[in-house]
Amino acid sequence: MDLASLVSCFGSSACLVTQVTSGLIIGMLLFLVAAGLTLIFGVLKVINFTHGAFYMLGAYFAFSIFKATDSYVIAMFGAAVATAVVGLIFERLFMSRVYGRNMLMQLLVCYGFILIFDDVVKIIWGAEFRSMGMPAIFQVPPLFIAGGVVPPFYLFLVSMTTVIGVTLWLVIERTRFGKIVRAAAHNPSMLSVLGINTGVLYGLVFGLGGLLAGFAGALAAPVRSLTPGMGFSILIESFIVTVIGGMGSIVGAFIGSLLIGLIRTFGTVGFPLFTDGLMYLFMVMVLIARPTGLFGKEIA
Amino acid sequence: MATYRRSGISRRAVVEGAAATAIGILAAPMISRAQAKPIKIGMPTILSGRVAQLGTSSRNAVMLEVDKVNATGGLAGRPIEMVIRDSKGQPQEAARVARELINSDGCELLIDAEASSGAFAVHEVARDLKILCLHTNSETSSLTADPKQRIPNAFRVCRQGIHDSIVGGAYSANVANAKKLTKWMTCSPDYAYGRDTTAQFVEYLKHFKSDVEVVSEAWPKLFQPDYTEVLTKILQTKPQALYSCLWGGDLTSFIEQGNIYALFTQTETFAVNMADYTALTVVKNLPKGIHSGNRYIKTFPKTAQNASWADAYRAKYNEYPTNWVWQNATAVNFLSAAARKANSADGTKLADALRGLTIDSPFGSNGKLTLRADDQTLIDYAVGWGTTIPTEPYVPDVTPGDWRQIIELETEWKKKNNYT
Repeated sequence: MDLASLVSCFGSSACLVTQVTSGLIIGMLLFLVAAGLTLIFGVLKVINFTHGAFYMLGAYFAFSIFKATDSYVIAMFGAAVATAVVGLIFERLFMSRVYGRNMLMQLLVCYGFILIFDDVVKIIWGAEFRSMGMPAIFQVPPLFIAGGVVPPFYLFLVSMTTVIGVTLWLVIERTRFGKIVRAAAHNPSMLSVLGINTGVLYGLVFGLGGLLAGFAGALAAPVRSLTPGMGFSILIESFIVTVIGGMGSIVGAFIGSLLIGLIRTFGTVGFPLFTDGLMYLFMVMVLIARPTGLFGKEIA
Repeated sequence: MATYRRSGISRRAVVEGAAATAIGILAAPMISRAQAKPIKIGMPTILSGRVAQLGTSSRNAVMLEVDKVNATGGLAGRPIEMVIRDSKGQPQEAARVARELINSDGCELLIDAEASSGAFAVHEVARDLKILCLHTNSETSSLTADPKQRIPNAFRVCRQGIHDSIVGGAYSANVANAKKLTKWMTCSPDYAYGRDTTAQFVEYLKHFKSDVEVVSEAWPKLFQPDYTEVLTKILQTKPQALYSCLWGGDLTSFIEQGNIYALFTQTETFAVNMADYTALTVVKNLPKGIHSGNRYIKTFPKTAQNASWADAYRAKYNEYPTNWVWQNATAVNFLSAAARKANSADGTKLADALRGLTIDSPFGSNGKLTLRADDQTLIDYAVGWGTTIPTEPYVPDVTPGDWRQIIELETEWKKKNNYT
């Protein structure tokens, strides 16, 4: 424990700027993955354990597209769309068969596909780790804001995730599709009775989750090493975020992600040997105070 | 009329007999070679998971050398047959696989190509079944330094943590003296290897430069994907120098992420595992001037033999050799030399021959490698530190470690740890 460093950090604008922006960077990337996870759970009532694999696929797709086109924009959007298509196909062919089944069956199907996706990545891209490298446009010195260090790529990353997050919120809250999705989360039987094809809707929601995970993978690819199984670690943290925010709540996922990001960055300063522990401790405290998470709703 | 009695042996019989004898004499080695039972060597290693690349490169290296040994008659006339199995990097699986290789597959020798955690498990199998075992990838010093671990039938044919730490400490102290670096920070993976290696490095850095102060430490998890919080902590601490024993994908992520914070222009960085092709060739923007210990690079030792060995490996497998490659190739070379010396492939006789054996090798500091008799471990291998450049040869010049100094300080270290 290094409380003196933590106190000193709060008293320094340079430290505050650096740690807060770092918290945003970690949090916003987590949010993209957690938002897809919580969206799928909210509508389909399935805990999609393969979601980390979608993040991995997004990163690998971006790696290949960037290599082929040398354009990071094409790589990012291409990877997100390709992952969405994989998500859609996966849902239609496999996940749709286990809706309503017991959780163990769903878990086994998801776990099986985690291994399959990892092996597919090994076959296509190899078992060794890969690195996409930083696009040339971002190979510039970091910015110094109030003495704090902020890399331009991370500014881009936070901006992109903010735009994606706001768009997602608008789609869910302000569009007809969003209303149908919310209705499906509330009462899918009634939706069917009203003539909505819930099968197609479920596929689209899964695809949307894949799109978000694909974006997250593509945004992470320039700074993280790509390796089969890379989705696992982010999956764990995303679950913590969704549990803290409340299962099924996108706003909760957003707040939870930011809180985890800040806990990690300030925890490293004040509690260097207990940073992970802090995250779990916070989750336990939230669950004791609000068993449904910060923004979760009691299931009637 | 006198009859002339024909002798009992006809001319035809003599010719036939002579021919048969000649064929017998000429064919004898071939028949005996054909009858020589192949010697099976078991090899548990990591062929799946995050570090599978190292395991597959170990397998490649062994096969490259085994082919050469078999082409010249095998081990004392017995062709080598490798039986290579995946341990998935799990110690209990490594032990199970090793036991199975001996009991079920009939392997008579073991090349243990496990990382440290698995190596200790395989070591216990070798102790139990009394089979000759060559550890090729475990760098944990206690495996051979600790007398409680030592068994007559196990040898370490790879680099060792304490040797690297002494050389790293001496080299870094020289740089620190020249550049007046006293304020240091460490950033290493949070598991046994990271903690032990960092502690040993700092110990020898301070041994050679007593005014060094380690002002902060960061311990990211093994396989951590994001180093943002670690990097910002380093930036806040503003150390003059940074030591890290991150490796593989973790190191490349750290370098890529450190680059965007311009970390390596602000801090003199000592990354012991940087000079390995698995990292050098993957990092897209390799910074100039990172100090690193050699793992395996074809420019050190700077000899034609080393360069041509690396080229041959690359030509056959279309990949650069890893650190595990030279070690596993060396194990086969030692077995071959021991079999020649003992004129036998028997495990006990091979062990006797291996003890204190010196061989010619492209990986030796002076063209030779020795398996030191008293603790059955490899010495005189090429060990040194240099600095990176962004393109091949990546680490053009390496300052070699002084083996006299290494052994002197290692002896002191052993005394201090009651390893004598």
